[in-house]
Amino acid sequence: MPTLKRGLTLLVTVAATLLGLLLVTFLIGRVVPIDPVLSALGDRANADSYAQMRTQLGLDLPLWQQFLRYVGDVLQGDLGTSVLTSRPVLEDVLRVFPATLELATVAAIVGAVLGIPAGVFAAVNRGRWPDHAIRLLGLLGHSVPIFWLGLMALLLFYAKLDWAPGPGRVDVFYEGMVDPVTGLVTVDALLAGETDIFWNAVGHLVLPSAILGLYCVAYIARMTRGFMLDQLRQEYITTARVKGLSETRVVWGHALRNITVPLITVIALSYASLLEGSVLTEMVFAWPGLGLYITNSLLSADMNAVLGGTLVVGAVFIALNLLSDLLYRLLDPRAR
Amino acid sequence: MTARTDTPSAPRPAGWRDWLTTDTPQSRAQARLGRAWAGWTAFRRNRLAVAGLLIVLALVIVAALAPVLAPHHPYAQDLNNRLMPPSAAHWLGTDAFGRDILSRLIHGARLTLMIVALVAATAPLAGLVIGTAAGYFGGWVDTVLMRITDIALAFPKLILALAFVAALGPGIENAVIAIAITSWPPYARIARAETLTVRRADFISAARLQGASSLRIILGHIMPLCIASLIVRTTLDMAGVILTAAGLGFLGLGAQPPLPEWGAMIASGRQYVLEQWWVAAMPGLAIFIVSLGFNLLGDGLRDVLDPKGD
Repeated sequence: MPTLKRGLTLLVTVAATLLGLLLVTFLIGRVVPIDPVLSALGDRANADSYAQMRTQLGLDLPLWQQFLRYVGDVLQGDLGTSVLTSRPVLEDVLRVFPATLELATVAAIVGAVLGIPAGVFAAVNRGRWPDHAIRLLGLLGHSVPIFWLGLMALLLFYAKLDWAPGPGRVDVFYEGMVDPVTGLVTVDALLAGETDIFWNAVGHLVLPSAILGLYCVAYIARMTRGFMLDQLRQEYITTARVKGLSETRVVWGHALRNITVPLITVIALSYASLLEGSVLTEMVFAWPGLGLYITNSLLSADMNAVLGGTLVVGAVFIALNLLSDLLYRLLDPRAR
Repeated sequence: MTARTDTPSAPRPAGWRDWLTTDTPQSRAQARLGRAWAGWTAFRRNRLAVAGLLIVLALVIVAALAPVLAPHHPYAQDLNNRLMPPSAAHWLGTDAFGRDILSRLIHGARLTLMIVALVAATAPLAGLVIGTAAGYFGGWVDTVLMRITDIALAFPKLILALAFVAALGPGIENAVIAIAITSWPPYARIARAETLTVRRADFISAARLQGASSLRIILGHIMPLCIASLIVRTTLDMAGVILTAAGLGFLGLGAQPPLPEWGAMIASGRQYVLEQWWVAAMPGLAIFIVSLGFNLLGDGLRDVLDPKGD
């Protein structure tokens, strides 16, 4: 019974949050100084077709009815038509989303692989110089403009040292050579058995995902440190030490294992922020994902595309927040 | 704390220091100054925090004295000297219009400071009002306000700021509005949490018994107690505000040319980055240093003002 009630509360919360998001995008769409009728018809429309289009778009209805209509459209997967590509926005978004997903996933792995050991190391050396050094590195990471770091990385590793490939997902030569099955170039290349393209795509991923991953290293490290400190105070740690276990076993085997659950939620949360943070990274690395799609639409005042993209990022963001919450409850018996 | 000395032969006992560190202050002002002094001595021990404070102070001074400090006019074009590398005449080189990058950075400090000040003056204030009202009144006021806050907290900030700017039109004012609109919810949460800890305190009941109105209690007794944690959070957030504003500028949605906004300067240097790297590198370095300053300062302030956080 309590589980059911809690599940229901959760559902209502999520529904309210999504509705709030819809309200915000709807209102943004209303205050835009772009006439949706003219952007659909072109500015040489006569008065009759103008009025007809206005009725067709529902713009003569009261605001709350327009909002209900908008919610209904979105629930049916209708995000409007992009002025720029003259395709349905949802279709466009689904086409570009895998690129962002690929980038954010690798970046989250980078963040976890660097952040967790750094946090453990800082906790074990609490108050000594490695702790301070990791804290300072975290502050540095939080202070650097990510798009600038991307440009500088391209300058150094691509232009000067020639260690990394340039912008884009694969070399121009390979562009469009594998069929987009999943939309993830690395996976598609493997499916097609094209190892050359796979390695090329991996090479292209290294720089942008490393830069984007730095974004969440500091956060993951700080949270890991906090969780570890809580664990290292516990009595079972003392017991393990008294038993004569090596410090490595105690820290990495016992303490770390007990913080897996909160860590998973932290990684899920940073994954959500990575999806969002990829906007600027995609711009710098000409990465054809959702972020680049939104910014390009913004610059050409294609509001349907902007708001549709915002809505999708927002929904995924909310879903990941929810998922981390659910995972926590499922995996941690104390939270049940 | 070692200022108190038992040797009367000390040549000149620091009178004002004793006055500040006394444990029997004669007036309220003395007690307050004494606490501030204790905070400062704790803060001073954190060298990184002091470095952060110096960076922020430097930003303020540079912004205030920009016309005096800048060797050239920020808009003065010199097309014969386009994209010149750093030299004695132009310490940080020149951009695509032959404008002196150092001078533009110095004038850009004003824009950065303006953005920071405007966001710091609006978003935390809105959060403070919402949070204290929710915490003090409780009941359905609390439920409604906190539901709205939670919903707003679940939105992706940068993307929403982008969408707001798209709706309002590009420009530095609209960038500030977009950032402020998307950044108030954490402040409301903090202010509410602080309010809940003091709501049932005796001094609040005493004030209420004396007939103080809710408005007076919130303004006079509760809000002052929320200030410390809000200042810490605001300072820490300012680095993020600078980065977001620069990001909007970089995307062409913030300050418009020819304004010397640092993010927009990086964008204009982007196409030359492989050959004339300094055009994009220098403004980025400025953003980096200033937001690091705010981060270091906030980190140090957190230790002094809000020792609860580890």
